[in-house]
Amino acid sequence: MKIKNIYKSMEYGPAPESPSAAYDWLAKHDKKFSLFIDGKWQAPGTGKYFDTINPSDKTFLSKVANGGKKDVDKAVAAARKALPAWVRAGAHTRARYLYALARQVQKHSRLFAVLESLDNGKPIRETRDIDIPLVARHFYHHAGWAQLRDTDLKEYKEVGVIGQIIPWNFPLLMLSWKIAPALAMGNTIILKPAEFTSLTALLFAEICEQVGLPAGVVNIVTGAGETGAALVNHPDVDKIAFTGSTDVGRIIRRATAGTGKKLSLELGGKSPFIVFEDADIDSVVEGVVDAIWFNQGQVCCAGSRLLVQEGIAEKLYKKIKARMEKLVVGNSLDKGVDIGAIVAPVQLAAIEKLVKKGVEEGGAMWQPSWACPTDGYFYPPTLFTDISPSSTIAQIEIFGPVLVAMTFRTHPEAVKLANNTRYGLASSLWTENINLALDIAPKIKAGTVWINCTNVFDAASGFGGYRESGFGREGGKEGLMEYVKLKADDKLATSPLRTSIISKKKKTAILIPEIDRTIKLFIGGKQARPDSGYSTKITDPFGNQIAEVGAGNRKDVRNAVEAAHTAEGWANLTGHARAQILFYLAENLFVRKEEFAARIMQQTAMSQKDAEQDVNLSIERIYHYAALADKYDGNVHHTTVRNVTLAMPEPLGVMGVVCPEHSPLLGFISTVIPPLSMGNRIVAIPSQTSPLSATDLYQVLETSDVPAGALNIITGKKEELSAVLANHDDVDGLWYFGSRDGSKAVEIAAASNMKRTWVNYGKFRNWQDSSQGEGEQFLRNATQIKNIWIPYGE
Amino acid sequence: MTSTSQINTAAKLKHLRNEGMPFDLSLVKGIRINRSAVERRAATLGQRRSIKKEWQAAWLLRAIACMDLTTLAGDDTPGNVHRLCAKARQPVRTDLLKELGMDEVNLNVAAVCVYHNLIKPALEALEGSNIPIAAVSTGFPAGQITVLQKIKEIEASVRAGAKEIDIVISRAHVLTGNWKALFEEVTLFRKACGDAHMKSILETGELSTLTNTAKASYVCMMAGSDFIKTSTGKATVNATLPVSLVMVRAIREFHEATGFKVGFKPAGGIQKAKQALDWLILMKEELGDDWLSPDLFRFGASSLLADIERQLEHFITGRYSASYRHPMA
Repeated sequence: MKIKNIYKSMEYGPAPESPSAAYDWLAKHDKKFSLFIDGKWQAPGTGKYFDTINPSDKTFLSKVANGGKKDVDKAVAAARKALPAWVRAGAHTRARYLYALARQVQKHSRLFAVLESLDNGKPIRETRDIDIPLVARHFYHHAGWAQLRDTDLKEYKEVGVIGQIIPWNFPLLMLSWKIAPALAMGNTIILKPAEFTSLTALLFAEICEQVGLPAGVVNIVTGAGETGAALVNHPDVDKIAFTGSTDVGRIIRRATAGTGKKLSLELGGKSPFIVFEDADIDSVVEGVVDAIWFNQGQVCCAGSRLLVQEGIAEKLYKKIKARMEKLVVGNSLDKGVDIGAIVAPVQLAAIEKLVKKGVEEGGAMWQPSWACPTDGYFYPPTLFTDISPSSTIAQIEIFGPVLVAMTFRTHPEAVKLANNTRYGLASSLWTENINLALDIAPKIKAGTVWINCTNVFDAASGFGGYRESGFGREGGKEGLMEYVKLKADDKLATSPLRTSIISKKKKTAILIPEIDRTIKLFIGGKQARPDSGYSTKITDPFGNQIAEVGAGNRKDVRNAVEAAHTAEGWANLTGHARAQILFYLAENLFVRKEEFAARIMQQTAMSQKDAEQDVNLSIERIYHYAALADKYDGNVHHTTVRNVTLAMPEPLGVMGVVCPEHSPLLGFISTVIPPLSMGNRIVAIPSQTSPLSATDLYQVLETSDVPAGALNIITGKKEELSAVLANHDDVDGLWYFGSRDGSKAVEIAAASNMKRTWVNYGKFRNWQDSSQGEGEQFLRNATQIKNIWIPYGE
Repeated sequence: MTSTSQINTAAKLKHLRNEGMPFDLSLVKGIRINRSAVERRAATLGQRRSIKKEWQAAWLLRAIACMDLTTLAGDDTPGNVHRLCAKARQPVRTDLLKELGMDEVNLNVAAVCVYHNLIKPALEALEGSNIPIAAVSTGFPAGQITVLQKIKEIEASVRAGAKEIDIVISRAHVLTGNWKALFEEVTLFRKACGDAHMKSILETGELSTLTNTAKASYVCMMAGSDFIKTSTGKATVNATLPVSLVMVRAIREFHEATGFKVGFKPAGGIQKAKQALDWLILMKEELGDDWLSPDLFRFGASSLLADIERQLEHFITGRYSASYRHPMA
């Protein structure tokens, strides 16, 4: 009878995945998990446990240890103790372990998938077909990198003990993104899973035991925010890798400021999903489903802002609504659901609140006619139209199945709307015109651009943000850089390398003509008087006044930043064109080399030979980066779907460079030219005590065709000016070569807009030594990698 | 809710027959298809929905009701066509149907599909059954004969008693972008069919691109096709899910533009019950329940039925079945 009815109605029935193996596993542990530290399961020092539940039906799954500060101390000590042997184990041994982890994940893939689905509420289809296969792939890919570390990354070494904090939206996948590259590069790890979703990390710990991973190499400390804070603040941790909200990311940036801890942050997003009128509209609709109704919209790179070309907007909205009507929300273990449960009541409440706000602000909200099940934390797919960029829900990350839609008229307007956000994690653009696609992709401020696809991931491609979506990449060779450091950096000095070597008696000031000169600032290609109207005395090392320079202030910095923004043409030049200008700069510097050498001697009392060498090295260094301007050119990654994945280094944008104090010309050239060569526009703060080598460059810059605004120079008080730059929200990157305290101040202030920083923590480079004074890291810190996915096939 | 008798009566349409529309090149030119995105959707369709237990049995029975049981071979004789028709009348063992609670449902296939020469023996074998005969036509499978010959072949088959005509289009018109010529040709075929329903075979395996498939689908619907059909079964590549997805989306677009519902028939290479479920899911998800009935959906298949029978027996007994336990076609 029943079959006959179904035969007539052709309805779907339930298709539950059995949870019994996962329940058995939980029962085997008496539904209570301790911490995995030093290869042993240890009860938390706090004696406290918290409950983890299944958000699909609110049932209790297990108790999980709430690790405290002492537990974190123990775990860090274990990781520190394990480090030397893990480093000595060598590339091949580590590769074998990673390979074994990949195999084990595959062997237990269904248990992982079911457990993840139970704990998080995400559909079993997604854990089974997407998350867990990506986890295995990530370990395989990094088994390869482990093998290659000593050959492909010869100049690098491990960072040391790594603290990793991961979110609840992709628990095991985020674990793999963190652990695989860290292990591959020879680091040891303390990982803290998210409080809502610890279980698959604990199962992973068992797999580490099974493959015989040495004790202390991977430690799993479960807990809440305080546990994470203890890890972040631990003095013996060398790096923190965090994925989560921008607010917490900001706290971590400030907490680690000045400590020298390496930091990578993968934060929030409000990623644009741009549809041009010549797109395959039916495919766009499925793209929207994958963008915002994947993982209940709890995806940092969710395409949550739909930008549609006006002429097709109504047609697309109609199709999206029809598609939404067919989505199925329900228990995560049902193989027929599209959308599972929201992870926790607090998240559900946050979504409800924002949707309410959207309605209050006049957005047109649409939800399907059917109702969600009521036994778990469910929320229906939701579409907002009639939304303007000023609506709250167009700006705030909702982290739920809620899409906001806006229209645009022209291609430039689409770019402008897309970039009208503090975030820059990902973007998706849809057009059947490759000319348009490849024109728009570089213009979007986002670490990933998916063309005619969305939410596609692979271990071979770097993933990470621009702007307040964080920094650092995960995946690909670019991701490895987060887990290595240059061997040469161990040799940086703690005091300046050069002292004056000419006696007080032999003054060198005589080389400078005694004509009064007004040394101004260099802003927008013009020599500009300082806003303050004050000048600062510059003396030689013996206290004799040799010049007066403009005392730059915050308004001068503001003007310089604005001039730099208008010089966008510099970024759009070809590498070849920038190289030509830099070579010409070197040529013009060469013409005046005696004068520049004399100026160095005058300012520093350096010997003539050394001063001449500094000038020659400056010319050589300009050549070096001119040469690289058209050669530092990215990769095509071998990802696993049929597409071309372009990994393109892009300039950060407008950068501040606070130059070294002690090497007035070579230090300036070594820190300003690399970011300039990559297409950044620079606001440079030269040496405070010896700025004249920089100010002498004004004329050289003017005669070398360096476009107005590409390089701006502000003399004045170093710490004051760097603070203005660090606090400036329209500055994208800041390099600081100064004191330890200054470094800390820069890192703290930079947290406000998450600008990229590179600071020296008070250490000194020998600028004459090319292993310290130049190299790839100068370009890597001046660029960020954008991965552009271009599927093909007609 | 659809009644059982309606499910089995293709002739009584619940919808207006497609009368076509004037040729409009701009609609054809505006079609955009992204292969990678289409493949992605096609690959996840079957992963997003899972049909198990009673639902699986019921859906497989529906697949049988939507089947054009087919034999199109050089060695076809009245003998094997008679056998096929007997199977069409009684596609599943009666004891199994009883177990499934389907014994009161007059379950038979949607049509029997044969070459023109076999229409007569098929008619004899199906007498009194209401099962229509579909005849492949217009120089099937290559279509490399004159238009006049094609029209005469259609007319002959209709005269001989075929209620459905499966025509093949001239692939040359597609490959040279001569959409007007394709429209005119198919319009003539439709006229020749008269009251017989026309299924237009695109032979997508020979159309080179999905974009061509989408455009050809649309032109064939403009020209009044009752069904569009993927393949002859004779090409290297036959029915695939991505191709089917493109075609059913064209059907949806045409329905939205004109109000006419056009049917879909994947054919060639659909041999397993699991595949049949994938196609049914595709139809339900992309077009809706109306397209799960034989008046708007057909499988062109010869060996699919045997696999479905085995799956149905497995559902009942819990034991994996053997094909010799089921009467052959």
